[in-house]
Amino acid sequence: MKALTIGGVGVVSPAGWGLAALREFLARDEAVVPEFLERTTSAGDVIRTPMARVPALADRALLPKLARLRRASSVGKFAAAAALEALGPERKAEIEAGQLRLGVICSMMNGCVNYSNRFYGEVLADPAVASPILFPETVYNAPASHLSAMVQCTAPNDTIIGDGAEVFLALDLAAEWLERGDADAVLVVAPEEADWLSAEALGYYDRRILPGEGAAAVLLEKDGAGPRLAAVPDGVSYALEPDRTRALKRLWSQLSAVDDGFTVWADGRVGVPRLDAAEDSVPWCGPRISTRLMLGEAMGASAAIQLVAAVDALQQGVYRQAVVTSVGGNQGVGGCRLVAAE
Amino acid sequence: MAYLPHQPRLSSTRPVVITGAGIHTSMGAGFVENADGFRAGRTAFREVDLFDVSRQRVGSAGQAAMPEQPTGRSGMGREWERWDRGTRMAWAAAREALSQAGIRGEMPVCVGTSAGAMPIGEDYYRAALEGTRRGQWSRVETYQPQRQMTRMMASLGIGGPLRIISNACASGANAIGQAFHLVREGRAERVLAGGYDGLAQMVFAGFDSLQALSPSGIPRPFDAQRDGLAIGEGAGFVVVESLESARARGAQVLGTLLGYGAATDIHHLTQPHPDGDAALITMTAATRMAGLEPEQIDYINSHGTGTPLNDVAEAHAVARWAGESVSEVRLSSTKSSIGHLLGGAGAVEAVICLMALQGQWLPANVNVREVDPVVKFDLVREPREAEVRYALTNSFGFGGANATLILGREVER
Repeated sequence: MKALTIGGVGVVSPAGWGLAALREFLARDEAVVPEFLERTTSAGDVIRTPMARVPALADRALLPKLARLRRASSVGKFAAAAALEALGPERKAEIEAGQLRLGVICSMMNGCVNYSNRFYGEVLADPAVASPILFPETVYNAPASHLSAMVQCTAPNDTIIGDGAEVFLALDLAAEWLERGDADAVLVVAPEEADWLSAEALGYYDRRILPGEGAAAVLLEKDGAGPRLAAVPDGVSYALEPDRTRALKRLWSQLSAVDDGFTVWADGRVGVPRLDAAEDSVPWCGPRISTRLMLGEAMGASAAIQLVAAVDALQQGVYRQAVVTSVGGNQGVGGCRLVAAE
Repeated sequence: MAYLPHQPRLSSTRPVVITGAGIHTSMGAGFVENADGFRAGRTAFREVDLFDVSRQRVGSAGQAAMPEQPTGRSGMGREWERWDRGTRMAWAAAREALSQAGIRGEMPVCVGTSAGAMPIGEDYYRAALEGTRRGQWSRVETYQPQRQMTRMMASLGIGGPLRIISNACASGANAIGQAFHLVREGRAERVLAGGYDGLAQMVFAGFDSLQALSPSGIPRPFDAQRDGLAIGEGAGFVVVESLESARARGAQVLGTLLGYGAATDIHHLTQPHPDGDAALITMTAATRMAGLEPEQIDYINSHGTGTPLNDVAEAHAVARWAGESVSEVRLSSTKSSIGHLLGGAGAVEAVICLMALQGQWLPANVNVREVDPVVKFDLVREPREAEVRYALTNSFGFGGANATLILGREVER
């Protein structure tokens, strides 16, 4: 088996569109300034929910030219922009020319909530006139479908759903595809969009969680020049180990992370002690990147944003290794370890 | 399943069998009831009474009777109340499959679903519009399919990595296909795999908004006058296991899994390529993997939704795949009997293929009055006795997710 390497990354986050915006934001070491979503209930109450939003797109070149995206909601656009950045123009051209088979794996938790919200609202008002344009875009795999259409590639395309640790399962599946030869390269994308439905939903877990949104993409390939994927252990399911601290401990032992000062840990802490307890229990003196503390909780996208931040830290030559972990809400814990390119 | 580069795989490829199967549909509860129904060529549609359909063009579906709440398990009662229709049917089908296989414990689980626990999400939405907070945390939590499946696994005594695939209407077939790969390549000894979806208002209204539902409520796949599909609900699960493991523990082998193909149709978000290009890729890939020629396939359980575009594309794909032997291909769509089970369809139809392989009969494509001229194959319009050694099942979904599975009767070839 050849080594699996990261051939490119892309990201859209409340820090902005693109990796440079994320890097610059993380370097400032600040938390994002929330906006407030406001709505009025049928009882006349006004509900205001803080949220870390992706800023409006300033440069149209960051979004691919694709007719399908005209109808897509934010989640599809975030995914496409992150994918485009991760692929880069040369690989995109190779794929479009049929020289490279690109598999696509989309990892999500929340899915296409904007259009689901709108469409179901129309159904409740009068199903006889609910929009047929909205409904197909509510389906979980609509963003993934747009990505394959974007590069005109018929190779396998899967959408997997789960909690906030799902992206590691996507990496594992990508490794499987590459090993089997189902694809020459695999794009793992984790996009999420938020609106009042999901933003308020997070508040039921803890009001201190700042809802976020965005997308992150990593391109996996064989024997490339980028950082190497060194381990993606099986996620530890809460069906097997309901205690999150013990579940993370079990995962951690398989990650073989070394606290040597040259390894960075991109953790999944959100700033709520109860929810961060598992990761806080790991004895770690080395450097950490905690993107959720700064960018908010973007559900399925957050761990992928952590992953992109870790890859970027390795590519900057600051660290030799990186571990990335996420303690999911109701499925399990997951993680991976990366090694800097030689 | 883990990616750990230094760990060698057990083998490159090895025989894969099915040692347990479970099913729950509008046709009935369990393998025997369903097999009896399909063997008799029955249909199972009724008026939907789960939500208001008075303003829809269509008011019927393959609505299933709910499985009975299990008794005698500590804590299950409360858990059962938190589950939606889809999860309850998934639980019933998974329990049947595990019971038949005689196995519990640690194993990966691959599940396909399109809507997940959508009805709970709908409840959350309606309550949120009103500003109600009471009960909302529970709705948010239990709406998430991974939460439902994780609890289902725990209640069935299963632990292990959970993979939920949501490739629209191909999800169930993808789940079984991925389980097949995991076992075939030595990444797992056995995997519980299947698919499910329960009826949900939003999905029902969605297909109605697309005018994809048959106004008569009777789907007629491959009929010249077909006018749409009927939504169904249910679940199908199988225990996918290495032959070596099944033999070692003396498990009964119900059938073999021989091939799987997956590809993406990039023609349109909801419409297939008119010539069935992606379907041809998956059928060809699956037969190659199985080491078979098209003429060796004794039965095809088609995707066959009954919509004008889908059936034409699939018929073209079958004709291109089979070539000169297309007239010998025996094909039916069991969606004509129970409707389209969306994320559950591929798994349920794989279980129906197992019924055909075990019983040596072909399920029917019922309700056809005049066969569409595009049909060049032998459309099975009545259930019939037949020698069935190999069966192929197609599943295609929104977004262009295409999948083909091939099952066999005999262990040794």
